[in-house]
Amino acid sequence: MSVDQSQSTLSSADRTYPPIAWLSTGALALVIIGGILMASYAPRKAPLGVAAGLLVAGVVLLGSAGVVLVGMKDFSHKTFLKVFKWAIFADLVTAAMIEFAFVRDSTRGASLFIVTGMLVVFTLSVPTTIAFTVARFADD
Amino acid sequence: MTDTVQGVAPSTPVGPPTDRPKIQVVPLKGLPLAAAAVVFVTVAIAGNWQWALMFCHVAGGGLWTGLDLFVGLVLGPILGRLSIPARAEFSAKFMPKMVIIMPTVVMMTLATGFQIARKLGNLYAKSPNHSWLIVSFCVVGIMAVIALGILEPANIAVLFEMNKPVPNGVIIDRLMKRFIYTAGITGLMQVATLVIMTRVATQ
Repeated sequence: MSVDQSQSTLSSADRTYPPIAWLSTGALALVIIGGILMASYAPRKAPLGVAAGLLVAGVVLLGSAGVVLVGMKDFSHKTFLKVFKWAIFADLVTAAMIEFAFVRDSTRGASLFIVTGMLVVFTLSVPTTIAFTVARFADD
Repeated sequence: MTDTVQGVAPSTPVGPPTDRPKIQVVPLKGLPLAAAAVVFVTVAIAGNWQWALMFCHVAGGGLWTGLDLFVGLVLGPILGRLSIPARAEFSAKFMPKMVIIMPTVVMMTLATGFQIARKLGNLYAKSPNHSWLIVSFCVVGIMAVIALGILEPANIAVLFEMNKPVPNGVIIDRLMKRFIYTAGITGLMQVATLVIMTRVATQ
């Protein structure tokens, strides 16, 4: 396989970008902690205040990543969108399966609302991290 | 396809850049199998079908743990010692398969595991297994953040880089190191999963 091992052709490797992947992975970590909290109380009702706080913090981190992404120049938005749409398809299947399990287990009301919010953050954060990691090294 | 070998001047791109077949990042042939697994797990949960739930959890969990241990502790160190072209060649064939296999076995294991725990009463605070399950949730949570936030993006970015007319060896090396280290960490965490699950099964 032909691979350029040159140390001088580092243009795409050397570019520095804002910490988009850290922000989206941070959002993922927060909703996973929230999910563990909710699951550890099942079938009892989890303390929704803490779970809601984690969800809001996750939304803020993911929103920040989105705002920074939209305003970025010298970045392949085309590659980002191409990867994002495929990755979100895969994560939608996973999120739908988790939502189905919670609904099947009679999760209702505010608990279901928070779980759904967490799954939305999950479904958006993973493709964001994947698509950003690919697009930051894109040449176009 | 032209192979470079160790000893070739590292600044020289070797071989014609356009004669390589494109790597299929997501192997389409594997999608029906993954879809079948999703349908099977959905039916098992919807029907509360104990054998199917147990089958998916044990088979999925065994494959997930075995693959993580093998990739993290056996394959990873070997890959780390290969030349960049050799790593690239191996990864081009290996990583697309992992893109399909890993999410499928993880989904099978986790979705059915939660249902089994609920059905057997292990989620109740009074259950002797409750604290072990919480520890298991935490271990899985850490593995999920590492796998979804670091390992999988690196895996896919390597495949995209290798699909370029002249892949950048420095980028592939950097991303592969990330893949190898995180696979090692999740491999070690799977040892904790083995301890927890055997405790849960025998209490």
